[in-house]
Amino acid sequence: MKLLPSALVCQQAVELMSDYLDGSLSRRARRRLEAHLVACDACTAYLEQLRVTIAASGVVTADDLAPEVLQTLSELFERFRDES
Amino acid sequence: MRLEYPRYRDEVDDAELLGRLLAGDKDAFREIVTKYHESLVRVARSYVANDASAEDVAQETWIAVLRGIERFEGRSSFKTWLFRIAVNRARTKGVKEHRVVAVDITSDRSLLARRFNEHGMWSDPPAPFTDSVDDAIVNAPIVRLVHESIARLPDAARAVVTLRDVQGLSTTEVAELLELSEANVRVILHRSRARIRSEVEASMRAGQK
Repeated sequence: MKLLPSALVCQQAVELMSDYLDGSLSRRARRRLEAHLVACDACTAYLEQLRVTIAASGVVTADDLAPEVLQTLSELFERFRDES
Repeated sequence: MRLEYPRYRDEVDDAELLGRLLAGDKDAFREIVTKYHESLVRVARSYVANDASAEDVAQETWIAVLRGIERFEGRSSFKTWLFRIAVNRARTKGVKEHRVVAVDITSDRSLLARRFNEHGMWSDPPAPFTDSVDDAIVNAPIVRLVHESIARLPDAARAVVTLRDVQGLSTTEVAELLELSEANVRVILHRSRARIRSEVEASMRAGQK
């Protein structure tokens, strides 16, 4: 009979979450984390917040760019287009 | 605030934009610049001495793109090609400026540890980001807080998070571009994401008082 892996405590669970979200945990580590999450609301909330953090990182908005930079680069583009 | 460029459409968007760009469409170029310019500056800033140098690197990168776009064969994705140009230029400029980039993966260790008791259980569990029931849509204040937090990360961490989480390159691509091991990239991501999450949490807590 295979011994069951010891249960994770919250602090260990949190250490695995970034790799979990990237899909780079081993199957064993993933199962241990998921077993912990089923029983732990605080860690489940933490994982969801990490997910939101990563999703928010991937939102690129037009507001991030200074209008004068866009203007300069647009003029550059026109010069290149007209030369070619 | 506009929410745009969902991740799954990325490659399709770039291919379409590049096609229009090659046909001389200025709007296509403006869209590509809007999508990538700030990330180019942030990654470059990890190598060079100041903000003005980083902005120069980003502009030189666009010139190189306009010069080389017809030779771009699509063997790598456009964004990998784009960031490779920027990183190579920033590295060269950084050497001239005698800038040393430190990769410190030991910092921030205690930040999260304080939230747990001696048994490794939460003593200060995560506070909710918002009162909103529906967390499926990332709201604008969180997007702003997250991006401000990314800008404050140490050099190497800022480059890693910008390439991986902002622009969606793979961990392998990020490791190759920045000449780090994949294990280091994963550790840096883990620490940085934890730090960004906790800064958002702290802002939300302060705002709710």
